[in-house]
This record gives sequence, structure tokens and C-alpha cells, in this order.
Amino acid sequence: MAKMVAMNMVIPPPDIAAISALQAKLVSALRPILPEYALLWEPEDTIPYECDGLAAYRRMPLAVALPETEEQVAQILKICFEMQIPVVPRGSGTGLSGGAMPISQGLVLSLAKLKKILSIDPFTRTAVVQPGVRNLAISEAVSHLGLYYAPDPSSQIACSIGGNVNENSGGVHCLKYGLTLHNVLRVRGILMNGDIVEFGSLAPDSPGLDLLAIVMGSEGMLAVVTEVTVKLVAKPKLARVIMASFDDIEKGGNAVAAIIAAGIIPAGLEMMDKATTRAVEEFVHAGYDLDATAILLCESDGTPEEVAEEIERMTKVLEESGASGIQISKDESERLKFWSGRKNAFPAAGRLAPDYYCMDGTIPRRHIATLLKRIAGMEEKYGLGCLNVFHAGDGNMHPLILFNGADQDEWHRAEEFGTEILEACVELGGTITGEHGVGIEKINSMCIQFGEGERETFWGVKSAFDPDKLLNPDKAIPTLNRCAEYGRMRISGGKLPHPELERF
Amino acid sequence: MNVSDAISNATIDAFREQILNAAQNNAQLSIEGGGTKSWYGNPNRFTKLDTRTYSGILEYQPEELVITACAGTPLKDIEAALKEKNQALPFEPPHFGEQATFGGAIAAGLAGPGRISAGNFRDFVLGARILDGKGQDLSFGGKVMKNVAGYDVSRLLPGSMGTLSLLLEASVKVLPKPAATATLRCQISQEKALRVLNEWAGQPLPLSASCWIGNASGEGELSIRLAGAAAAVKSALPLINSLVMASEVDPQSAEAFWNDLREHQLAAFGMLAGDQTLYRLALPAACGKIDIPHAEDELVLEWHGQQRWIKAPGNEATFTAIKNIASSHGGHATRFKQGANLDPAFQRFTLLSEQAHSKALETVQERLRFAFDPAGVFATKRLP
Repeated sequence: MAKMVAMNMVIPPPDIAAISALQAKLVSALRPILPEYALLWEPEDTIPYECDGLAAYRRMPLAVALPETEEQVAQILKICFEMQIPVVPRGSGTGLSGGAMPISQGLVLSLAKLKKILSIDPFTRTAVVQPGVRNLAISEAVSHLGLYYAPDPSSQIACSIGGNVNENSGGVHCLKYGLTLHNVLRVRGILMNGDIVEFGSLAPDSPGLDLLAIVMGSEGMLAVVTEVTVKLVAKPKLARVIMASFDDIEKGGNAVAAIIAAGIIPAGLEMMDKATTRAVEEFVHAGYDLDATAILLCESDGTPEEVAEEIERMTKVLEESGASGIQISKDESERLKFWSGRKNAFPAAGRLAPDYYCMDGTIPRRHIATLLKRIAGMEEKYGLGCLNVFHAGDGNMHPLILFNGADQDEWHRAEEFGTEILEACVELGGTITGEHGVGIEKINSMCIQFGEGERETFWGVKSAFDPDKLLNPDKAIPTLNRCAEYGRMRISGGKLPHPELERF
Repeated sequence: MNVSDAISNATIDAFREQILNAAQNNAQLSIEGGGTKSWYGNPNRFTKLDTRTYSGILEYQPEELVITACAGTPLKDIEAALKEKNQALPFEPPHFGEQATFGGAIAAGLAGPGRISAGNFRDFVLGARILDGKGQDLSFGGKVMKNVAGYDVSRLLPGSMGTLSLLLEASVKVLPKPAATATLRCQISQEKALRVLNEWAGQPLPLSASCWIGNASGEGELSIRLAGAAAAVKSALPLINSLVMASEVDPQSAEAFWNDLREHQLAAFGMLAGDQTLYRLALPAACGKIDIPHAEDELVLEWHGQQRWIKAPGNEATFTAIKNIASSHGGHATRFKQGANLDPAFQRFTLLSEQAHSKALETVQERLRFAFDPAGVFATKRLP
């Protein structure tokens, strides 16, 4: 999670009296349908909701509703629709792009209390769950059946399936097992006007256009998810991981391409650079090769025979790619030890600097080394360190820019650094976000990735579901004005994006 | 700009002109590639927009697992290029004819035997370049595996049957061909076949495809395909055999069988009588044996029973009955192909309004189409 300095200053609302009046109106409209404890509006109660996992961006909402039933969600939406009050849906609040940041004159709709697993069917390998169910809780609930839910974002202990649907979350194993999109059959949701609908079905396809595909990753802007039917897959009997060292980033990057070109789809294919390796080794003592310029973790899973075959093939490719050292996990505890550094990269980064800024660009695999070299140049340019740890198999990079948030200038430089990385990703044929979403954080970068026509089409899609633009309307898709302004700002340079937001 | 860029720009300009003319005259355009699936979906007599002038593979780097090609590229060219690098489209889209194009396959959104293990066409689409109904040249998605910037518009195109916009180019994920495959065959009742297939699917077995063909009373033959690492296939064989008495099919006939199934060339699909319709039922895994009135032998069940092909009378009463049966199990039915004597105006699909939980989506879909195509240039109703 992007740890950032807590900031206690809240932006003074433009017109306090008007906002209080609106708040009173909203609260009295919602009170009859929600138990007392499920509706919060006093600042001391709503302050935990002022931001999500991206703590640098925060705002206080009018109120927070915590419905416990689908019926309540529908009623809340109907009321807000009638009152034309914007709604920000929220899952566990672990998002890294500010997708659940409140709107000052809006309601935060938390789905956290809808957390029941409604049914599990081992025969059809499906589970029906409410949106607030934690990602990992699904796999835990079906573990005794030899099944699991495949997508495993790093925050899986805490993040909710409803949030996963809205971000189309990935994880370490998505190269082989797919994203949320590939593992969800059906989503039941409520449109802003209160209509209850279902996207997709338990059948392999549904009539009409494939609306489930567009709802996936829509960042809470098209419908509020109230139920998700997930696909469960058979747990592999065995998993083993190869840890390969490289003395050169280029060689490491090429090894990734060589494994794929050899016709192997590893269960996981992750890379860490030297700075990361050193930082995590100090933290987890996993025995990493501290001299390596890059470390590659390649996992194979399946039946023991299958794993043996794949490990042998991968080892050969890694040797041919010039690996300077290769270790293969002997047992489950060693496998977990090899992975421990990768999984703890973020907390380890937290020990190196007071703050870090996590980027999420994705690029074609063949450009991994190019981007890493450019990032090294940017470290000098901005005078800030950067750890590179990423899903190499999908080209999904997570540079962690280290900075001190107490220093206004450093935070400014960190942001500029991040923007330049994203611009480089787009230039190399990639995208500004692979799995964390655009939210509020990357909304300006959307102006770089997409032209006016595409952005206009996105607004058309938004209007098809929510013509009044009330559902999380200030996220993900920038307005024409915003991009025009951003264009001017980039040219003049030096000014912060989001001038309306307070920074540390 | 090189010569080929100039040619493709000229081609796109010609498409744009055709679209803008149609928009001005309130006319519709029926997008067509090789015409191999022209019988699929609701028919129309609108002017055709032929995509075959925009053809060619634009980018293919095997280690990226992505191919980018123009919509008019012959599908067989794409598959040949992939085969050369030992890769494939694992969902095996049917061609239904030599002339099938990449764009046509995406627009139809159909998948073959591998769909049950690999996913469908939309799962593999990564990005698309389109001309919308205003003639705007737009690009969505990209060429990378993970991309959550903006709505996933490119994944709306598979199965949209040309009713949303003109697809110019698409980037599609591809996969290495499995290291080993084996096909097993056994005589088994429909009920038992559906049970064991679902049981196997819940185990770590390299089950890649299945097909049960049999009569209405439930006697028939099951073919299953295993695909994956050589060791995985080898170790699965005894496990499968312990449940059913299966024999291995020689690789050559096996390949021909799965291909004929994908292309509807198996004897079981046979000839369609003038008043008959080939129905496609898409059903949840939980759906067991169902009885369709007046269904003709033989029935073909694919995707562990989730896709079923049934030949029956093509009249409205039969379609209504079949739709009701499918929807009572949580699925839907399509008039996939209908005989020559039947009314071409018959609605081929289940409508959103016919399902309680998707009724409100009809308006959403209408507004969505309007966003891409305000003048209704692509409003052929081929897909309702």
C-alpha cells in the first residue's frame, strides 16, 4: 500500500452553510432506511473514509452509508438519484489510485458490511459472494474442496471482491490464471437510478452486448456491485520457484522474453532490481544474492510431474540467458522464503524513506530493460531513489519512488518523476496503469494516453449507465477542460496537478 | 510515410467516407469480411461495407504473446503465422469457410472446443482501433496483458456483430501451443458424461475440451482432449481411465475430429432440412440432461455441456419452448442457423427484455450504441 504521511489539514469547503444544509437533507432522507450505526456524518466518524490506500489525496464526504442489504443499497441509490447527490462506492479502501476518494458534496457508499459468502458449489466450481468479502476469504472458504480463487492482488488479505471487480485486479499469478475479468462469471449490480441488473451469467455467454466486460475495471462509475459469482479453480498439487540472478538488467529482461518465447507460461514471473533486493534482504533475510543486478523469480505449478518438466525447461532457458546463479526451491518453506522478499518489497521500501510513491505502468516485455535504464536516469534527474519490483511476465512495472513527504519540494519531484515514468510507458507502447486503476491519481495522465475522441467515447459509455453522471463522476475519465488545463500546465511546467487538493 | 501507410490511410479514408455518407442519408451499413458467417444473426439487405481491403498482420512478436492485425486479414493467415512460432488462438474460433477474416471472427465472437479451458474471444482481446459511427478513428486498450486505463471498450467488440462500430485493427493475446495433447473416447450416457466432466474440471487435470454426441434418450459417445505439459497429459490418462473405459484416438484422427467439431463438419451436424433450425444453447455447468421436444438425433454437447447444439423444427413455438427451457436453467438460446424455408425475419436471439434481470440493460445497451454511433449507421439489428 502506498504509505504516505498523514495529513490532517482538510480543504475548507467552498460554502460551509450550503454544504451543511445539503448534508442535513441527505442524512434525514437516508435515516429511515438505515440503522443508526450504518449512517455516519459527524467528522470524527467520517474521517476514516476521507481517503483510500492513496493517502495523499483526501477529502471529507457529506456522509458515509454502510448498508447491510442489497435492498438498502438500491434505496440509497434511488434517494441520491432523486436528490442528484453524487455517490462514491467503496470496498475495503485499499485502492492505490484514489478511486474511492470522497466527493465533498457526495455520499460514500461503503459495501464493507455486505460480506457474506452466499453459496459455494464444488460441482460447478463457483461461489456466489457479496462485494465486501475479502479476496483471500474466498480461497480460504473453498480450500478444503481443493479449490481456490485465482487472482491474488498483493493486498488480498484486505481487499474486497467488489473492489477487485471495479479495478479488474491482477496479482502475481495472472500471467497464467488471468485477471479478475477472466475469473468472474456474473456480477449483480445496481444502476444509479436504483435498477437491479445482472451482467454476465453462469452460462458461457449472455444475450446482447458483453456488458460484463465493460463493467469490469470501471472504477465504480457504472454500477454498484452487490453480488459476484466467481470461478474457482483446482488448487495445483505442487508449486516450486526458481530464483535466478543476473549481473545485467538487459540479460534479465531478455530472459523473461526467452521463457515466454520457449512456449512456457510460468505461474509467476517477477523481477526485483539490486536496490530492492538489498532493501528486502535487510528486512526478511531470505538469502538473496546481493551482488545480482536483477533477480528473477519464476514459479511453476501443477502436478509433480508437470512441475518437474517445467522447472527443467525454465532452468535451461535461464542458463542460456546468462543467469549468474540459479536456486530452485526444495520445499514449500523455501518457496515461501524466496517469495518473502518480493511480497515484502513495499514495507521494505518504507524502511528506506519516510514515503514512497508506487507506480503501475505496463509496457511490452521487450522494453523492460529500456524502461529500467530510463528510470535510472530519472533518479539522477529528480535526485530521488527508486526501487524496481514488478510483474515481469506481464510487463507490469511497479517502480517505488522514495521521498520524504515532509519536504514539499521532494513530493513535487516525486510526482514529476512518476509522471515521467508513465509518459515513458505510453511512449514504449504501454499503458499508464496495469492493475491499480486511474482513480484520481492518474487522471491527468489519461490526457496523454488517450485523445479527445476516445475520452469522449468514455463519457458516452459512462452516460449509457449513468446519464446524470452521479456515480463516482470525478474519477478515471478526465473532462475535456481538465485535459486542456493539464496541457497548458505541462507546457508551462512546474505547477502541481490538482491545485484544489492540499498536499504535505 | 511509406507506401503501405499511404495505402492504409487511403483505405481508412474510404471507409470513413462510406460511413459519413451513410450517416448523412440515414442509411445503414452491414459490415462484412469474407461472408463466411453471413447466415449468422438477423439478416439484412443494407449496403455492405467490405473490410477485406484492410488486410495484413501489423505486428507479431511471439515473446510478447500478442498479434496485431487488420480486420480484413484472412483468419487462416493469422493462424498460419502463429503456427510457425508454435503459438495459437487457444479458444479456436470457427472459420465456417476459407474466406473467414480476423475481424469477422471477432465480430461473431464465437469460440471452438478450447473455449471451456481457455476462455472466449473477449478474454483474449487486448486492444482495438475502430471507426465509430461519426467516422472518428479511435484506439482503445493496447498491446499489453494488463491495462486498466479507461473503460475496456475493446472487449465490447467480440460478439457485437458489427452493430457498434467498424473494427479496423485488433490486438489479441495468443498462447503457446500445448507441449502434448491426447484424445480419449468412450461410450457413456449423457448424464454420466456431464457428471464426470464437471468432476474432472474441479481437479488439477489438463482437460482442454470435451464433446458428447448422442441420441435424445441419452446414449452416446464422449471425446475428451487433454493438453498441457507432456508429463501432465501422461499422468492424467490412467486417472481418466479409472472412471470411464476410454481408448486413445490416434493423433491424426483426433485433430481432424476437433477441427470438424469446431467447423460444424461432423456428421452429427449433417444437413439442415428446409424447416429445421440448428439451435445453440448456452447453459450453466449445473445444467444436466434436458429434453427438447421434437429434437432430432444427434445432439452435440460441447464445453462440458455448457454449449449444446440441437436440431429441431424452426417455428416460433419451438424456439419459444427452447428459450424457456434454457432460461429456466439460467442460460439462453439462439437460432444459430435456420433452414431455407423458414421466415428470415424470425428473431435469432434471446432478447435482454426476455430476462427479468437484464430488462433494464436494454436501455443501457441502446444508449451505449448511441454513444458509438449516434446516426445509427451500424444499427442493422443483426444483434438485437
